Amino acid sequence: MAIITMREAISQALWEEMERDPKVFIIGEEVGVWGGTYAVTKGFLDHCGPERIRDAPIAEAAIIGAAIGSALNGMRPVAELMTINFAFVAMDHIVNETAKLHYMFNGQFRLPLVIRAPGGGGRQLAATHSQTPDAIFAHFPGLKVVAPGTPEDAKGLLKSAIRSEDPVLYIENATVYQQRGEVPDGEFTIPIGKSKVQREGKDVTLVTYSKMVSYSMQAAALLEKEGIDVEIVDLRTLRPLDMEPVIESFKKTNRAVIAEEGWKSFGVGAEIAARIYEEAFDYLDAPIKRVAQKEVPLPYNRRLEQLALPQVEDIVNAVKEVLK
Amino acid sequence: MEKSEHLELYRQMVLIRRLEETAAELYQKGEIGGFLHLYIGQEAVSTGIIAARQPQDHVITAYRDHGVAINVGIPSKVVMAELLGKATGCSGGKGGSMHMADVKKHFWGGHAIVGAHMPIATGLALADHMEKRNAVTICMFGEGATNIGFFHEAVNMSKTWGLPVLWVCENNRYGMGTSPERASAVSEIIQKACGYGMRAYDVDGMDVIAVKNMVSERLEDIRAGNGPQFLEVCTYRFRGHSMGDPERYRTKEEVQKFIEKGPIDNYRKFLLAEHISDEAGLVEIEKQAADEIVAGVKFAHESPEPEDEALFENIYVEDVERG
Amino acid sequence: MANTVEMPKLGFDMAEGKLVKWVKGENEKIEKGDVLAEIETDKATVEVESPFGGVVAKHLVGENSMVPVGSPIAVVIDEGETFDQNAVAPKKSGSSEVMAADQVKPEGEKVTQVEPKKEKVSEVGSQALIENVEKEPSETQDTTEMIKASPLAKRIAKEKGIDLSNIPGSGPGERIVKRDLEKAKAPDIKAEVQPKIKAEPSLQKTSGKDEVIEISRLRAAIGKRMLESHQTIPYFTITHSYNAEAFTTLRKELNEGSTDEAKISVNDFFIRAAALALVDFPNLNASISGSQLTRHGAINIGVAVAVENGLLTIVVKNADQKTLPEVSREMKEMAARVRDGKVRNDDIEGSTFTISNLGMFDVEDFTAIINPPEAAILAIGSAMQVPVVKNGTLSVGWRVKATLSADHRITDGAEAARFMQHMALFLEQPWRLL
Repeated sequence: MAIITMREAISQALWEEMERDPKVFIIGEEVGVWGGTYAVTKGFLDHCGPERIRDAPIAEAAIIGAAIGSALNGMRPVAELMTINFAFVAMDHIVNETAKLHYMFNGQFRLPLVIRAPGGGGRQLAATHSQTPDAIFAHFPGLKVVAPGTPEDAKGLLKSAIRSEDPVLYIENATVYQQRGEVPDGEFTIPIGKSKVQREGKDVTLVTYSKMVSYSMQAAALLEKEGIDVEIVDLRTLRPLDMEPVIESFKKTNRAVIAEEGWKSFGVGAEIAARIYEEAFDYLDAPIKRVAQKEVPLPYNRRLEQLALPQVEDIVNAVKEVLK
Repeated sequence: MEKSEHLELYRQMVLIRRLEETAAELYQKGEIGGFLHLYIGQEAVSTGIIAARQPQDHVITAYRDHGVAINVGIPSKVVMAELLGKATGCSGGKGGSMHMADVKKHFWGGHAIVGAHMPIATGLALADHMEKRNAVTICMFGEGATNIGFFHEAVNMSKTWGLPVLWVCENNRYGMGTSPERASAVSEIIQKACGYGMRAYDVDGMDVIAVKNMVSERLEDIRAGNGPQFLEVCTYRFRGHSMGDPERYRTKEEVQKFIEKGPIDNYRKFLLAEHISDEAGLVEIEKQAADEIVAGVKFAHESPEPEDEALFENIYVEDVERG
Repeated sequence: MANTVEMPKLGFDMAEGKLVKWVKGENEKIEKGDVLAEIETDKATVEVESPFGGVVAKHLVGENSMVPVGSPIAVVIDEGETFDQNAVAPKKSGSSEVMAADQVKPEGEKVTQVEPKKEKVSEVGSQALIENVEKEPSETQDTTEMIKASPLAKRIAKEKGIDLSNIPGSGPGERIVKRDLEKAKAPDIKAEVQPKIKAEPSLQKTSGKDEVIEISRLRAAIGKRMLESHQTIPYFTITHSYNAEAFTTLRKELNEGSTDEAKISVNDFFIRAAALALVDFPNLNASISGSQLTRHGAINIGVAVAVENGLLTIVVKNADQKTLPEVSREMKEMAARVRDGKVRNDDIEGSTFTISNLGMFDVEDFTAIINPPEAAILAIGSAMQVPVVKNGTLSVGWRVKATLSADHRITDGAEAARFMQHMALFLEQPWRLL
């Protein structure tokens, strides 16, 4: 076991997969000479060369389109969107082409591509650079969407995404690249489409993913001092969604809180809550609470931005609320 | 060109014409749903292009794709079955008129979003470039699509990276109902290539031999490593943009003028004049084409609908969920 | 042969068209491809070409008729043929109703217009309304639909045969939740059969029934920690009796004229005294882990406060650097948050030395259990008037006893005793605490 950061985990996964399969290549803005705006691909250009580490023009639709075309024609591209906020420029290619070509042509087309995109707010980058629109992409059948919350899951899931025959949107969080965690030595993958209980507990089911996993862990530690024992279920994959561990946990605790960084309305929590109601109605002992970003575009001002974003305290309070 | 090659080209064009006319009738009967974009008048373009390509070259086009489907060798009855949404269609009834494809023949569809297939063409060529394969990607699109952002991004990237793409603009003078004079800052489409430093050519799309020859030259040029090129093909569609188009944007007289100089009539005259065939021979080809389409309709009618299960198939390769 | 021309589908969402004009009349010759009629759709007027050549035998619909897609509109026969009206059965595709658009009368139109109900309410006096309102609660009390219970509680009640209307709810809005049912008895518990004993009724005292309570989570958590502390730490205690005259007097002076919210408590004095004393006794402001001792850089005094079902420790950080009024104010704010259930992480984290005060309960002295991983805890008793000896004579004085429990792995009796003495400096010369 080693302790590494999220950045290192992602970087290692990319490096190892590129070594393993010569068809894997990286395409994106500033991935080569610059080394990646979040330094994920630092050093890659010298090692792999400009053919496999392709600096692209500022042209998101072309980047994703090129990823699609080259995947169709035998390559395994990993396209990088500098941030997920720029995904909207390539929205057609992500949700219309990537998600649907395999279906519309009845299985003739193969799209083994990965789109990496960091999202999240909290660095005063203002509204258009700080979003967590994960729910939007999880809405489309045909696209797989993963969002790891620990370095172990980050490394294992990226490897699985690259090796998958299906297109995968791999969502990172731009503010936690330095988050540390234990990662197994040697070769390992984490399966796409499997939730995980990150912390066992018996009082409340806390469903979460991505950055909110570490926030939830902090909240759980505080709650433990007050004698409240929280079970944390980390979704890890948004589509396809694995509700089994969530429901199993909920049947044990009868109370649930969902924590996400995106907005509450029409968000990931809305889906989880609906499914809990559908699948475990008779186990419900209190209404389900959602912890999410306030319904505002994120402002520049540091204090206001933090007010808008969900905090550890909000999770603690939600858990207590649900236990009343 | 050999005589047999000529007759094969003529056969394909006539087959496309018969297919499109029949599709129009079926549409009006309500048997074909959604959108139907007919290739009538443009047959020489796809026929010439596909005749010029080598088997490893890729072709990708927009939604007016029935012509290419026939040219690459998808059986007309399979195309017909797809139009009727049957399980025996080339996309299993799941794609329809705008999404015909045959990967084995390097025909990558059939795409409905204007211009969206262009960055994909760049990607196809990128893979060939990286794997050092001797293939060119032929990307067909309308003049209207040269105004959308995807065109700019795709073409720019292809030239910046020196990728083997032949960008073929089928200028049929109207994107839906808007002519390039009303839609483009530069309505002489060939001029747009200059902005990318690409070599650009044009050719008469009513002349199948001219198209074939021009495309052959361009492909060899690109194959030699000279980067992407642009080809404007001047053509015309005799029917509306799609079924239900009231055609308020052009006069009947204009349409009639082009019909009189249509690609099939032109070629027919040429074949007779050059003694490549006689009247009887051409009539025989036409009859066989007509019969083939009639048989294709019968085949499509008798083909089964896709099963309900097909709704959930091929969402993913590694299927993990039900709707 | 006779061929039927149908209304064509001219757009992907067209369901019907209006035949606005016949271009070729009955008995007119027509070639395949000639315009037969003009059709109006939602979007435009379109010319319809005849798919057949010959002679127009019959118009099946009139001008200005609305015709569904697929319905027959005309018959075209070969030249020279005669048209037999009966021989041609118009092909039906879907509904074959053909109606003249301007003559449309819905058949058998149901009279769906509702007569506006005569407002009976207006005739009723306000008295009657009040009576109606008052009736409602009693009517609904009998129905179980009005009872607020969680789905889980409802299920458990059903399974155990418990009547929800008899259960008080402890959830928000008096909702009945699972824990409320755990206290309820299922109706089929048989009464215990008492062994027959000849009892003397007048002398026998019946013993009360046992009450079984579920230990709260918080209580259980505290219990676990206290057991661990008591079992693993080799602790010893030292009691010191402080002269409380000075600080009780100072306190009275400081609080004169203050509102209740601003009054300084005895405990506040002890917080400051302990903090200042700890400056010179870093071993007592430390934690042990294995063979490592960490002397904390900050002096954060934790104060045990009682909450429902247990105990919380609220923390005054850097108490050595704050003034007495500041400490007092902070304590009050935190205590309020605890009361309101809005305690913050910051409030309960980071204590390096704890005090526990039972002075409000007439306690002479007591021993507290150390709060791991701290080195010591100070238990404060009540300030009392007790007999004291001054210069060999007996008199009365105010004294307060405080007992230190300390971890013998970290400190020893002499050091602990000197700490307690040092505290006296601050408590008995309380101006130092301001």
